[in-house]
Amino acid sequence: MSQSFDEITAQLKRRHRRSARLKYMSMGALILAAAFLLVFIGDMLIKGLPAFQQAQIQVEVHYSEQASQIPPAAVSEDVRPLVSRGYLRLIPGRMRENPELLGTTRMEWVLADSSVDQYLKGTEDALRASEARVVERLVEAGRAELRFNTTFFTNGDSKMAELAGIASAAVGTVLTLIVTMLVCFPVGVMTAVYLEEFAPDNRLTQLIEININNLAAVPSILFGLLGLAIYINFFGVPRSSPLVGGLTLALMTLPVIIITTRSALRSVPDGIRQAAFGVGCSRWQVVRDHVLPLSLPGILTGSIIGMAQAMGETAPLIIVGMVAFIPDVGGSFTDAATVMPAQIFTWAGEPDRAFVEKTAGGILVLLAVLISLNATAVWLRKKFERRW
Amino acid sequence: MLNEQIVESREKPRGVQRQPAPGEPVSRNEKANHELSIRVRDLNLWYGNNQALKNIDIDIYQRNVTALIGPSGCGKSTFLRCLNRMNDLIKGVRVTGLVEMDGHDVNEARMDEVALRRRVGMVFQKPNPFPKSIYENVAYAPRMHDLVSRKAEQDELVERALTDAGLWNEVKDKLQQPGTSLSGGQQQRLCIARAIAVQPDVILMDEPTSALDPISTATIEDLMDKLKQQFTIVTVTHNMQQAARVADYTAFFHLGEVIEYNDTQMMFSNPYTKKAEDYITGRYG
Repeated sequence: MSQSFDEITAQLKRRHRRSARLKYMSMGALILAAAFLLVFIGDMLIKGLPAFQQAQIQVEVHYSEQASQIPPAAVSEDVRPLVSRGYLRLIPGRMRENPELLGTTRMEWVLADSSVDQYLKGTEDALRASEARVVERLVEAGRAELRFNTTFFTNGDSKMAELAGIASAAVGTVLTLIVTMLVCFPVGVMTAVYLEEFAPDNRLTQLIEININNLAAVPSILFGLLGLAIYINFFGVPRSSPLVGGLTLALMTLPVIIITTRSALRSVPDGIRQAAFGVGCSRWQVVRDHVLPLSLPGILTGSIIGMAQAMGETAPLIIVGMVAFIPDVGGSFTDAATVMPAQIFTWAGEPDRAFVEKTAGGILVLLAVLISLNATAVWLRKKFERRW
Repeated sequence: MLNEQIVESREKPRGVQRQPAPGEPVSRNEKANHELSIRVRDLNLWYGNNQALKNIDIDIYQRNVTALIGPSGCGKSTFLRCLNRMNDLIKGVRVTGLVEMDGHDVNEARMDEVALRRRVGMVFQKPNPFPKSIYENVAYAPRMHDLVSRKAEQDELVERALTDAGLWNEVKDKLQQPGTSLSGGQQQRLCIARAIAVQPDVILMDEPTSALDPISTATIEDLMDKLKQQFTIVTVTHNMQQAARVADYTAFFHLGEVIEYNDTQMMFSNPYTKKAEDYITGRYG
């Protein structure tokens, strides 16, 4: 006797309920994750966006003989604490370069002190009452306002918040990643090609495989120690340089690139290899002409994601001395440099209130670069993807 | 139960024909060509501890179609891959015995498998054109083997190979389109064009039509018939009618052995062994 539809439906109800429950739970997990992300990014935006604006005030600058000796004398006493000391320090230099300035007095928009900046952005207690009154007067006269902060993108680090910028860290990051990529990409891809296409499957290669997988899970600070011991102490690579930083990050990124490249190679259908062997390709020709071009999108994606990971890494760089105060925008692989996450770390420890927004601003820049790197990875995958 | 029957039947071949010499077919096909292409003697093959081919003796003649038939897992594809050493790519394969071509043992140490595959081409079960243009699919291997030096020569060779594969008229206006954009049957003919472009002596076909519709299958069968004027073709097939239609000689494999190697017509009308008869008449397989 078979069951009637009613009986079956009654039993099915429980099953449907269970699958609905599971569906809502997984949706809930997704919403929770999305909420975390939104809160995080929203917080960063609220805290970080002000960093892209900086207060400037319009003051009379006297390019007098005295000012070339004692820079603060260039502005009148009432606005002196409001002008960036960093800006004042530049005055003698400017006068030497442009002698015709001597003896003139000009109305100029100048960089304000970070306390003025914070006052205009609404942070309480940033200014003494008397100074605050002066600022209020300037604002009313249209002589103090927030403008786009180019300094943030053109300057290196500074102890004066209004002069601190991300440029030296950005350049350091680029140089470091160039080193990492030059080491990692060829070595990683060739290792993966050897293991996947050439190596015999024996105890030794299995051991190597297991160790590569383990390496990917090693805490990154240990790679920093390794870099310190090998590169700096043994090979004498300059400390704090993008060279040593890049080589250290290469140790960390190598297993990631090897693993992603191997899975990209493995995803090439065997029919293609068979076809290539069938027309008389040598192993190397099979790899070069058929397998590598097909796995290229996967390899590139993996490498870019590995690079993005390396870019956000701070711990190993602390050990090789790359968390440093670097005021000058460098350009050499062997000079001391810092990287963006290290710069963020440094700013996060600054006591000055104005560095809070610098920290968040730095994070925003780092996130923007990471997102664009990942977008590039997606784009490359789409561009090179081929059907077979 | 079934195996016992088979063993029994093997001991009592219903002999109307002469006892053939090792490797020779039981009956001669008088229309066929009998210049030797590949001589196989006492070929054994193991996958690890599992013996897949047992004491295979077979002579393959030039410019014929030789069909290999037999139930799944009987070793016919494995045997086919011995002829161009594609088994080298599989881990744990061990081969003993002789596969002789043009006076050389293909398994000997100084035989370069690349040189061998240059003379023994292969077409696979699933059409597997390279994910490149139709033109590149054909031109790639000749260029790699330095068979062509100038662009004009290469163009000519591509046209000839595609014409021989019966595909030229269909693709001559879209040579730069990807090979994978063609239909399944066209893709398989492209693979045949790719194989014949390097002017091999032998073409191995591993169930070349099993993934194709009946019309494409018929086209490929006609093509095999034409190609055998230039090439020695060894084909594996599950389709008995196909073997009967295209092959000059047919070998019946079972459990890693050649049970019967015979003139195709004789094989399908009056097989020498009971086991072959059982298989052909659909008693098992």
